[in-house]
Parts: sequence; structure tokens; C-alpha cells
Amino acid sequence: MLKINQLYKSFNNIEVLKGINAEFNSGETSLIIGQSGSGKTVLLKCLLDLHSYDEGDIFYGNKKLNELSENEKMKLKSKIGTVFQGSALFDSMNIEENVMLPLKMFTNYKNDEIEDRANFVLKRVNLINVNKKMPSEASGGMQKRVAIARAIVNNPEYLFCDEPNSGLDPKTAIIIDNLIKEITTEYNIITVINSHDMNSVMEIGDKIIFLKDGLKEWEGSKENIFKTDNNAVTDFVYSSNLYRKVRETFNK
Amino acid sequence: MRHLHNIGLYFIMINKMFHKPTKWSVMKQLILKDIEDLVINSLGIIAFVSFFIGGVITIQTALNMENPLLPNYLVGFATRQSIVLEFAPTIISIIMAGKVGSFITSSIGSMRVTEQIDALEVMGINPLNYLVFPKAVAMLVYPFIISISMFVGVLGGLIACIFGGYSSVDDFIAGVQMDFIPFHMAYSFIKTFIFAFILATIPSFHGYYMRGGALEVGKASTTSFVWTSVSIILINFILTQMLLS
Repeated sequence: MLKINQLYKSFNNIEVLKGINAEFNSGETSLIIGQSGSGKTVLLKCLLDLHSYDEGDIFYGNKKLNELSENEKMKLKSKIGTVFQGSALFDSMNIEENVMLPLKMFTNYKNDEIEDRANFVLKRVNLINVNKKMPSEASGGMQKRVAIARAIVNNPEYLFCDEPNSGLDPKTAIIIDNLIKEITTEYNIITVINSHDMNSVMEIGDKIIFLKDGLKEWEGSKENIFKTDNNAVTDFVYSSNLYRKVRETFNK
Repeated sequence: MRHLHNIGLYFIMINKMFHKPTKWSVMKQLILKDIEDLVINSLGIIAFVSFFIGGVITIQTALNMENPLLPNYLVGFATRQSIVLEFAPTIISIIMAGKVGSFITSSIGSMRVTEQIDALEVMGINPLNYLVFPKAVAMLVYPFIISISMFVGVLGGLIACIFGGYSSVDDFIAGVQMDFIPFHMAYSFIKTFIFAFILATIPSFHGYYMRGGALEVGKASTTSFVWTSVSIILINFILTQMLLS
């Protein structure tokens, strides 16, 4: 279980997170949605320990993140997989080396075992015969898959994704979304995704948290996001022409 | 105030560089790669510059020795002293601040911009140990470049001397061998080791702590070159005062 309790964060006296509470469970894909500047990325970076926070607690299991020692943090981080917005693949390494790095760093596997595991996860994300390609030679969708493969290669308990399908065409975006969903259920991991894409919400959102100006404005499932009368949520959901037209058709 | 803050941050970076060491099997590969990128790949330009500057030093010295009472071997002597004491360790280090320094700043800066450093951090890897430490170790090979620079510089001087007809080969070689003080080599290599550490860490600092996008990576490279050169020149002055005076 991953729990956030009354989380506050500010930069230069400007409050970015204002008392966020949330709980994420294993095998569940949770989406944090909201407009740009709503605090999604800051919240994710607090969860990843890339930002410190001013008040509140983050519980990984029953342990508070800010009370962990350096060694405990290192151990925790080896259980976390992260997919960054721009994939964040290492330019100087080929695809296979990118995927193998966490194994080389944190396990005592032999080289052939590491290679086998890397090939297994690359196959799992439908990447075959691309091991020796450099990240710059791979398409955006391919890079995202490599990032997912690198994130799951260590059998993580937590998977964090920051806008995993930004910059991808709709079809590839759906493939990436479904891949994350499948991996979450298959390995029973806690997945938290930052997104502002309503298609992702509809495809994979088991739990949806809507942030506005650093506050948790709404929480629910993809089924009831269209039924809510919360103005901020409806403004966000129906900001797209497509969803507006669908609503108009149903209302006729 | 900002400069003081940066100096403090630089020393904190140096300290953090030794924390949470990267696994040796991975570190070994990083060091070898950095030796290739930073040292081996600089050999060509260093040899080229040293050869021609050695030649120019010889020509300038010979042309300024108008007094017929001055012996011809002084050309070789002056060339050796200039190259061993100043040109090879200091001027080559400033050239390296441009070549290697901007490479380090821009490569680490690009990693910052594209969240690769964040990716290392969330994996539980200490980015400073992973990125900066191997560069500092790789630069321990830097004195090797400086010895080549010394040799090629004197060779350039010899060839310029022969083709310019400023003195005979024997006179030049006698000058090169004259009054040789071994401590001058020690002084030169002590400087080189310190400059090597500066060349690895100051550009890394500017790349690691940069904020912004591609434009800022460019700005960081320029700033890094300026501060690396300034540091080399100041430390050169202090070391010369301490070791030779």
C-alpha cells in the first residue's frame, strides 16, 4: 500500500500542494489528472523522493518516506520503477544496456542471466531485435516501451509514470496505456500515472484523482467521472470537443 | 553572494561524489569510457597544438636573440623551459577546458534536461558518483597527455630550428639537456594532477546543477569554460609561488 497523508509542498512561499490525501493499492492503476500547473508532477516527484515536502507523510507500506535511512531509501528505490515523460533513456547506452542497468547495479546475477532477463522484459513490451539500437534510433513509442521495460526489469512493487503517452499518436498511446495496465495486474504492482489525457482515464483508470491548484478536488472511478456534478472535473473532462459532442449526442 | 554559494555547493558536490559508490563492475566500464572520451580522443588536437606552439616558441626565441654573445644552445634551453614549465601543463589545460570541459558540461547538462539524472536518482544510484567520479578517475591519466605534449612541443621546436636555420641540431639538443632540474618535472606534474581534477569537476558542477533547457546547456558550457580557465590560472599562480619561489 502507498498512502499520502496531508501532503504540503511550496516553492518560494508559493503553495503547490495543499494537503493532499490519497491511497493507492496493489494491482490497481491510479491516475492523477489535472491541468498543467495543478501540482501533478510535484506530487509525483515527492513520491519519488526527488522533492522533499514541507508537511504531511508518505507511507510506503507502513514506513514513512522521510524517516527512512539512506540505505532503506536505496532499498526502497530498487523496488520502484519509473517511466518519465521524455522516457529518460541513457543516450550513451543501447536499448539492451539501458534495460540491463538496474540489474547490473542492484543484483548479483551473472551476465547471461542479466541478458536473459533483459530479453524477457523487452519481449514482454513487444520489442524484438532492437537490443543493439541506440535510443536516438528508436521511435517515440519504442522509447516509451524501453522505458517501461527498464522500469519493470527489477520486478518493482511500485510503478510511477509521468505522462507516459505524451507526444504519441492515439493508437500508440492506447497500446502503451494497455501495456501499463496489463503489467500492473500481471505483477500485482501499485501503479500511479500522471496524465491529462482523458483517453488514458477511459482505458486504464481504476482510480482517478483530480487535482486543481494543488488541492485534491475529486476522487473516483472512470465510471463515475462522467456522472459527477463537480464543476472543476466536468470543465476538465468536457474541455475536449470530442467528449463535448459525445455528451451532446447522449443528451439528445 | 551567489559565487560563495556556488563555491560551497561545489565542495558539497565533491563530498557527495564519494558517497554510495557504484558497483565496481559498472564503474570500471564508466572509467574506461571516460578515459577514451576525455583523454585518448584529445591526443590529436594536443599533439597538433603542441607541435606548432613548440615551433613558434623556438622561432620567437631565436629571433629575439640579437646579441651575438648569446650562445645558440639557448634556443633549445628556452624552448624546453617554456614548454615544460608553462605551456604543456597550463596552456594545454586551458585548451582542454574548452575541449573536454565543454564536452563534460554539455553531456551532463543534457542528461539533466532530459531527466536522465532524475532517472538515475530514482533507481537508487548516486548520480554524482556515477557521472563525476569516473571522470575524476579517468583524468588521472591526463599527465600522460601532458608528457606527450612536452615531447611533441620540443620536437616541433627542433624541427622549426632545423628548417629555419636558427641553430644546429647539436646546439638545440645541448640546450634542451642543459641545466636540467628534475624538480621542474615534478612541479609540472603536480600542477597537471591538480588541473586534471579541476578539469573533471568544475565542468561537471556546471552541467549537474544547471536548470532550464537546451539554451541553458550552451550557457552552462560557456560559464564552465570561463570558471575552469580562471581556476587553472589562479591555482597555477599559487602553486608556482609555493613550489618554485
